[in-house]
Amino acid sequence: MNDTTISMDQPNVFRKLLRHPSATIGASIILFFLIVAIFAPLIATHDPMQTEIAKRLKGQSGEHYLGTDGTGRDVFSRIVYGSRISLKVGLIAITFSLGFGTLFGAIAGYFGGWLDNLIMRVMDMMLAMPSILLAMVIVTILGQSLTNAIIAVSIVYIPQYARILRASVLKVRELDYVTAAKVIGASDIRILTTTVLPNCLAPLIVQATLGIGAAILDAAGLSFLGLGAEVGEPEWGAMLNENTKHIRKAPLAVTAPGMAIFLIVLGFNLLGDALRDALDPQID
Amino acid sequence: MLSYLIQRFLSIGLSLLGVSLLVFLMVHLIPGDAALTIAGERATEEVLTQLREDMGLDKPLYHQYAKFLWDLVRLDLGRSFKTKQPVLEEIKRYFPATAELTLAAMAFSIFFGIAAGIVAAVYRGKFWDYFSMSTSLAGISMPIFWLGLMLILLFSYYLKILPATGRLDTVLSLDIESCTGFYLIDTLLAGNFVAFKDAIAHLVLPAITLGTIPLAIIARMTRSSLLEVLNEPYITTAYAKGLSKWVVIIKHALKNSMVPVLTVIGLEFGYLMGGAILTEHIFSWPGLGSWLRSAVEARDVRAVQGGVLFVSFLFMFVNLIVDLLYAYFDPRIRVGDEAK
Repeated sequence: MNDTTISMDQPNVFRKLLRHPSATIGASIILFFLIVAIFAPLIATHDPMQTEIAKRLKGQSGEHYLGTDGTGRDVFSRIVYGSRISLKVGLIAITFSLGFGTLFGAIAGYFGGWLDNLIMRVMDMMLAMPSILLAMVIVTILGQSLTNAIIAVSIVYIPQYARILRASVLKVRELDYVTAAKVIGASDIRILTTTVLPNCLAPLIVQATLGIGAAILDAAGLSFLGLGAEVGEPEWGAMLNENTKHIRKAPLAVTAPGMAIFLIVLGFNLLGDALRDALDPQID
Repeated sequence: MLSYLIQRFLSIGLSLLGVSLLVFLMVHLIPGDAALTIAGERATEEVLTQLREDMGLDKPLYHQYAKFLWDLVRLDLGRSFKTKQPVLEEIKRYFPATAELTLAAMAFSIFFGIAAGIVAAVYRGKFWDYFSMSTSLAGISMPIFWLGLMLILLFSYYLKILPATGRLDTVLSLDIESCTGFYLIDTLLAGNFVAFKDAIAHLVLPAITLGTIPLAIIARMTRSSLLEVLNEPYITTAYAKGLSKWVVIIKHALKNSMVPVLTVIGLEFGYLMGGAILTEHIFSWPGLGSWLRSAVEARDVRAVQGGVLFVSFLFMFVNLIVDLLYAYFDPRIRVGDEAK
């Protein structure tokens, strides 16, 4: 990503965004899943956890829109409730990685010196591993659960934000208005929070939007590997893992959760791409 | 060049040292009693004491790390707690399957990715451009574990033309002696063409699954890089000389547009190794990824440590090779201090 050309101080960002078809499609998809998640109890037709062995591996019907899984649970209702988990995973992970990434990046960029070196070398090290591998290391340390999968994914994405923020801070730090703030005696923390940070926001917003999709994908991947959500939880990745063995008898139980993951990730990717274009003053 | 190589090896060494520290600290970051976690709740006090002694958990931290590094230098990655086998032996056993899968996926994604990128650039704004670019956008958002399952559903269950799991038919595998661990090579060495064909059939779906996302990214990069090069004056010159369109594109433009594509290929290799873990799980592919997954599940710390170190080293090594390849594709790039 080219963060040098992205800037928030343009009057027509919102208008540009509205004109961008990806933004409309992406935002609609996200809104759709948000509504589904909020009104899950009203939309779901069954209790997502209720098993009914007599009705296992049934195909699509008026009672079960997407059929049932290996223990007779309603796949449609599980997908509806699963949207809550996926959105939760994405939002919590992004909040944490954005928060810590911003903190580390700001400290490294603003103070420089050995602190900068230390922080960025640790970040480089984390980037030297494929993300799912690093997440697996963290799951080994913490043990297997959905919460730990969220923690793992949050940690994995810290370096990206730290790098972006550091680069922006390095650029902004030398500008006159920061010098001016220093001259009038503002403290470091005040300069960072009120002067430097607001001017680095644009690239962070783009990366965070794309990052939510990536976090959802990685967390679902961990659950698919059996290293995230516990068996039985209506998490899309875990559902795929559980239903794979019945792929022949109940193909919908595998197709549908995967489709849900694909759509929600596509939504965030489309919106992120559009945001990047809208925030780039060179594209009109 | 030589000093550049030395410098790069030093920096790989430093990064590895960092990763080794991270990996070493894994044991100590486990909340509570690490030995108890590793050995399991039902372990007797005797087993626990033995384990702590083996792992050196009773010694000071710096002492433990020094020993960890010394073992590493001697290529001793310790023994897996689960299988009791030396970790390095396990890696050696499982790595060829992963390498075969990764290389096949890479070949698939490079070939079709560059081809799709060329087509998109040449027919810019036409159907094939939109087709290959929108497919590749969808490809980037696709969970590969789902893609794999859909391929199995289509090709193994509905069309019944390709096998869904494993590397080789069980009956056929009895005749094949594993010398290299690469089944394509082993079956050829054995002169068993039935088995060779079967090994290829088993490789197709996993390779496509793993290669699709890199393919999408390579296609996009090839397209934009080629479009840029096609605007250069020397391309106009080549056309003016009366050369045909495809000669100009393949012989003049393509090579010069490869540097950014190469960077992407290098980066995608890291992704491939991560994606291999998921792909192997879908296809019950007996490789490093499956092995590592079960090691994490069992919290077999020694095995995870060894596996992570190995993969990280491989990743850095590949990136070094990519750097060196730059010089081939763009002679103006002089790696190292000659550039100054």
